Amino acid sequence: MDSYQYRRTRDLSIRAACVAAVAVAIVPLALVLTYVTIQGISGLNWSFFTQLPKPVGETGGGMANAIFGTLEIVGLASAIGVPIGIFAGIYLAEFGNNRLGKTVRFAADVMSGVPSITVGLFVYGIIVLRTRQFSAWAGAVALAVLMLPTVTRTSEELLRLVPDALREAALGLGVSRWRATLRIVLRTAAPGIATGVMLAVARVAGETAPLLFTAFGNRFWATSINQPTASLPVQIYTYAVSPYDDWHQQAWTAALVLVVLVLLLNVSARWVLRQRVRTS
Amino acid sequence: MKTGPATVSNGQIVRPNRPDEDADAPSTDLTLHKGTRASIPVPDGKEAKISTEDLRAYFGKTRVLHGINLAVVKGAVTAIIGPSGCGKSTYLRCLNRMHEITPGARVEGRILLDDQDIHGAWIDPVLVRRRVGMVFQKPNPFPTMSTRDNVLAGLRLNGLRATDFEAIVERRLRQVALWDEVKDSLHRSGASLSGGQQQRLCIARALALEPEVILMDEPCSALDPIATAHVEELIHELKESYTIVIVTHNMQQAGRVADYTAFFYMGVLIEFDRTDVIFTQPKESRTEDYITGRFG
Repeated sequence: MDSYQYRRTRDLSIRAACVAAVAVAIVPLALVLTYVTIQGISGLNWSFFTQLPKPVGETGGGMANAIFGTLEIVGLASAIGVPIGIFAGIYLAEFGNNRLGKTVRFAADVMSGVPSITVGLFVYGIIVLRTRQFSAWAGAVALAVLMLPTVTRTSEELLRLVPDALREAALGLGVSRWRATLRIVLRTAAPGIATGVMLAVARVAGETAPLLFTAFGNRFWATSINQPTASLPVQIYTYAVSPYDDWHQQAWTAALVLVVLVLLLNVSARWVLRQRVRTS
Repeated sequence: MKTGPATVSNGQIVRPNRPDEDADAPSTDLTLHKGTRASIPVPDGKEAKISTEDLRAYFGKTRVLHGINLAVVKGAVTAIIGPSGCGKSTYLRCLNRMHEITPGARVEGRILLDDQDIHGAWIDPVLVRRRVGMVFQKPNPFPTMSTRDNVLAGLRLNGLRATDFEAIVERRLRQVALWDEVKDSLHRSGASLSGGQQQRLCIARALALEPEVILMDEPCSALDPIATAHVEELIHELKESYTIVIVTHNMQQAGRVADYTAFFYMGVLIEFDRTDVIFTQPKESRTEDYITGRFG
C-alpha cells in the first residue's frame, strides 16, 4: 500500500496539473478581452453608434449601419436556423432511432466541421448568383446554415436528458404524442436548449467569412434586406486591412462593440429565460 | 350482439364467431363499440370493467405474457402480485395501451373495456388512456409546472375546457388529502414536494381527468411507511367510485388494499381469486410458496 505522503503528493501534483491547464485556457481569453478593450475604448464615442462611415480622408464617422446590420443578419439567421434546428433535434431525440435519424445525425456532425467560408461560397452559388444581388438575407441564410448543426445536436442531447418518466406521465394522461413532446418534453429541456442556441448565435455573430460574398458590406444604410448590408465582422476586416491609422482605430472599437454585443445578448437571453421559468 | 362462451381446448381459447368486423365499424365515439362480449368468468358473479382474453404481450420477439385471461371487477381493487419479471407491470401497461409505446412492443389477444375492444381499428389509444388513468412507480410530477398546474395538466394539455379550474384543483387535492398541506404553496413547483406528496399529486392529476379505471404500478415502492399508509387509505376511498388495478411487490399491501388478487409467474396467470382466498387457501402450490416466502 502506498504511504500517505505518496498519495498526498500524487493528489497535489494532479490537482496542480489541472489548475495549470485551466490557466492556460483562460489566459489567452483574458488577454484578448483586455487587449481589445485597451485598443478599442479610445475610439468609443456617441457618433460611433449613430453615424455612417466617413469617406477616406475624413476623420470621425461611425458604424451605425454595421451594428444594425449585424443585429439584422444575426436576427434573421436565428429566425431561420433556430426553429429548424430545434425541430430537427426533436426528431432525432424522439423519433430518430432509425436509419434516417442516423443519417441526419451524421450529416449534422459533418456539417459542423465544414469551414465557414465554404458555406459562404455555397450560399453565394445558390442565392447571390441567382438573385444577382448581395443581400442581408443571403448573409442570414449562410449564418443559419452554420448554426443548424450546433442547434440540432445540442437540442437533441438536451431532449434526451428529459427522463422518460415525464413522457410516460403525459401519455398516461391521454395526451397525444406531439403535445406531450412540445409541451412537456421540449418545455422541460427549454433552459438548456436556450443556452445551446445562445452559444450558436454568439458563434455566428462573429463570423466574417460567410458574409464576405453574401451580405458583402455597405458604406451606407441598406434600405431593405435585398441590398448589400454592412456587418461588424466584415467592417472590422475591411478596416483592419486598410492602410489608414484612423480606420485601424475604428476596427478595434468595432471589435470591442462586437464582443460586448455578443456578451449582452448572452446575458439578457439567460436573464429573460430565468424570469420566465420563475413565473410559470 | 352476443357470442357464445369461450371454450378451452388444449390450453387454447376457442372463441365462436367473433364479430370483429362489426366491432370495427367506423366511429369516433369510444362508447359505440359494443358488440363484443367478455367471455372471461368474473369472480363472485360481479360485473367486469376490463377483461383480457388470451392476452399475449411481446417485446420484439420475446413473449412476456403468455395468454392472460383475467376479469377486473368493476368498482373493486384488484392487486397483481408476483416476483420481478413475471409480467405484472407489462400486463398493467397493456390495459391502457401504454405497452405499445415501447419500440418493438406489441400485444395480441383481446382487451375489453366495458365489453369494447380497446384495440379496435377506430379506437384512439389516447382516448383509452383518458378513461384508464395511470399512476407510476416513481412519482413523476411535471417539474416545469406548479402544484396547481400539475393537477390541471391532463385537462389543459388535452385542451379541455372547464368553468372553474380553481374548484377542480381544490376538489382533487382534497380528494387525495393533500389540500391542507399545499394550499398555501399552490404556485410552487410540483417537484418541491416530498416524495409521498408528489405521488398523491400524481394521483390527483390522474383523477382530474375523471377516468373510470386507475392503474397503479407499484405506487408505494418509492415511499416511506407513513406516505404508503396515506396512499393506501386513499385507494380505499377511491374504490367507491373507480375501478383500481394495482401492481405491488408488497404482499401485505395486497392483503390490505385489494378485494381480488391475481398471482402472476413467468408471464402466466397462476391464480386469481378473492384476496382472502388467495392468502388463506390458495389452490395452487406455487401461489402458496410465493406468499409464504418460499421463493420470489
